[in-house]
Amino acid sequence: MLVIKDLAVKFPNRFGDVTAIEDVDMVIKPGEIHGLVGESGAGKSTVGAAVIGLISSPGYIAHGELTLGDTDLRSLTPEQQHAIRGDRISMIFQDPQTSLNPLMTVEDQLIETIQTHSDVSYSEAHKRAVDLLEEIGIQNAKERIKAYPHQFSGGMRQRVVIALALCTDPELIIADEPTTALDVAVQHQVLDLIRELADRREIAFMLITHDIGVIAQVADRVTVMRNGKVMETGETKQVLGNPQHPYTIALMDAVPPLDEKIARFRLPVEEAQAQAVADKGVKAKEWLLEGEQTPPMGLDVRNLTMRFRGARTSLFKKPESFTALDDVSFTVPGGTITGLVGESGSGKSTLAKVLTGLLTPQEGSLTLGGEELPLGKARGRLHPSRRLTQMVFQDPYSSLNSRHKIGYILAEPLWLYGLIDDADERRAMGAAMLDLVGMPPDAMDKYPHQFSGGQRQRIAVARAILARPKFLICDEPTSALDVSIQAQVLNLLKDLQATFGLTILFITHNLSVARQMSDNMVVLRNGRIEEQGPSEQLFSNPQAAYTKTLLSLTPTMPKEWRQAS
Amino acid sequence: MIAFLKRSEGLWLFSRSPAVILATITTIAILIGAVFAPWIAPVNPYDLASFSLFDGLLPPLWEDGGRPQFLLGTDDQGRDMISSILYGARLSLLIGIAAMAIATVLGVSLGLAAGYYGGRFDAIVMRIADVQLALPAILTALLIDGIARGLLPADVQQELRVWVLTLAIALSLWVNFARTARASTLVQMNKDYVQAAIMMGQRPIRVMFVHIFPNILGPLLVIMTVDLASAILLEATLSFLGIGLPADSPSLGTLIRIGMQFLLSGEWWILWIPTLFLVALVVSINVLGDFLRDVFNPRLR
Repeated sequence: MLVIKDLAVKFPNRFGDVTAIEDVDMVIKPGEIHGLVGESGAGKSTVGAAVIGLISSPGYIAHGELTLGDTDLRSLTPEQQHAIRGDRISMIFQDPQTSLNPLMTVEDQLIETIQTHSDVSYSEAHKRAVDLLEEIGIQNAKERIKAYPHQFSGGMRQRVVIALALCTDPELIIADEPTTALDVAVQHQVLDLIRELADRREIAFMLITHDIGVIAQVADRVTVMRNGKVMETGETKQVLGNPQHPYTIALMDAVPPLDEKIARFRLPVEEAQAQAVADKGVKAKEWLLEGEQTPPMGLDVRNLTMRFRGARTSLFKKPESFTALDDVSFTVPGGTITGLVGESGSGKSTLAKVLTGLLTPQEGSLTLGGEELPLGKARGRLHPSRRLTQMVFQDPYSSLNSRHKIGYILAEPLWLYGLIDDADERRAMGAAMLDLVGMPPDAMDKYPHQFSGGQRQRIAVARAILARPKFLICDEPTSALDVSIQAQVLNLLKDLQATFGLTILFITHNLSVARQMSDNMVVLRNGRIEEQGPSEQLFSNPQAAYTKTLLSLTPTMPKEWRQAS
Repeated sequence: MIAFLKRSEGLWLFSRSPAVILATITTIAILIGAVFAPWIAPVNPYDLASFSLFDGLLPPLWEDGGRPQFLLGTDDQGRDMISSILYGARLSLLIGIAAMAIATVLGVSLGLAAGYYGGRFDAIVMRIADVQLALPAILTALLIDGIARGLLPADVQQELRVWVLTLAIALSLWVNFARTARASTLVQMNKDYVQAAIMMGQRPIRVMFVHIFPNILGPLLVIMTVDLASAILLEATLSFLGIGLPADSPSLGTLIRIGMQFLLSGEWWILWIPTLFLVALVVSINVLGDFLRDVFNPRLR
């Protein structure tokens, strides 16, 4: 049983001590999964690091108690701490790709861990390793144990990581975002495994995650953190179903539900104020509407096939090609949002690149607003679609040039497409547009790194809109953002779409987000379309088996919890 | 602005490392000395009338027989060592900086374009760079020097000596810039802001210089400082070997070559003072380069 009392961790820097977490209290009983949820910077991982004694230098525990069973974790010498790590406390990291040594077989890594912590013979350790792999559901463990990590799939690899954590029969496992890097189906399996281990082996789990759906699915108790402080703690059903703290309530409101479409996300007060500011962007709004005299443009994708040349396996054989998109056809009706969903590797991003002309497909045709779009390199630099099609990228940290001021970034489309000739006028329009997306106009003279992810994404949206596009591609625009920021950006996109009659292709891996945003849906898998249709119909009555599985595996909150809030 | 300076990571690091401060002071002092040599130096070493053979081989002030007007002594011609060194540093720095500038422009343009366009252009540029790298710098310099001697009439040759030397050094340094620029460009090409610029239909030259270039400046600045030091050293080596500048307009390397003759005859200052001066300059610049790398790449710290 882990008891944390009044824990505070500080990081000294040259301006004094920065408090990472304080007043953290928590009790995790054996067999209990304790969810630790919060947005980035909330201090979730610091709690885990403090427990396992791996706070990154120069951070230190300022005060508080940490007890595991009857051991006081703070009074241990570094050697004793080292002995406890991996023996009584284990850890599962986010990315199975990097937490396993790629040059050692799974067998060697398991046996090494077992022999470090207990004095057993090689053959005994080997037997235990095979048993472990069988226990966590790897079939044919005797053979598979000889394999290297890269020979396992992502989900299997995370299972191996869990097996490593289990080697020494720990009392407590700290799982730091264990399923964030995994696809929905695999995530489901890993979460099931964690639940099963907690029940069967009576292991206490600290499950650190930003995903409330994950918490709702497996956690017994949950602690909500923000800015290093505990906001609310209690049984999962209690905290998520009937939140008391205003922050938790706001957080729950921001979670997109999978089972119904809501018009807008309810947002806390500060956001309402930001929306009031947004009404000031009248100038930008009028200017945009002036450009919207033409009817909305739809996109028609016909028989698109994109093949990449594969790796050369022999000097004399032609390399085999890899088909990223296979005969993809769909229509995005003008003035509507079409959601494009699929797991990683399904070809979503490739499709976006083909649409924007960054890649040249082997076959197929594209039609935007009734006119044929040249494919790939055939689309000249000055082709009108360059302006009509704009894109919002996934990672707002890389989509804005960090060496340019926001004012410059926003003026660029106006200058490039010759929309406004006067430099001062361009600047004024950029500022008005910032208003429209809910950002203060003094942002004009700042650099991108001075803004948070959500603010940057707003700027990226402003840049895209300033080109007066008819067709907007959003490639996972919120997957790098925290859930409350995601709600803000999604609201913004909905508002802009409704006001200016934009046609949007919304690419995402998150079905709940897709449901909130889209009028029509396309489900992509391995480069092929599994199912497409009006989204309400698709969600309420999915036809393809793949869509059904996806829907059933997406972690979600019971409906009654949400309505209670 | 002051608040910004106070928060600046670079300045903070700077104020905490005595070696870097010392290196900065040394570099700046040498730079000032070199730039203002005609006004600072006691005599003009190029003007034969300003010194006399009777003052030849005088030791520095603190040795027996030193005279106050020749602080660091004189060489066999009676030239004041301080003046020779200041004028020599002037030439060495001029050649070093010019060579580095040429190498930067050439290397960065080729590297950026290679990274941006990729494919065949990239392959050709980088193979040329590989070939260049396989030739030792001295060989390149000899080659260019040889060509210049063959092509140009003797009087023009003397005049253009400095530029031939500069070009030779630049040609052996551009590869570093091209490789660094290309590697950094390849990293930036994967970033969404570059993709966005290409997608918007911006001209390639604009994408390269307005969007990518400011983002790869950090590593380039580091290479520039480190290569400035190698350019100065290379010039000294070439001059020492007698391929560089003639004895009547001595650079640091030429001074060291002249001093070699006195190595075993007791007049140690003629060799050692210019040598120590060169070492101090090169080490200081390298320390600065290391410091810049730490600032731009915090992970190496």
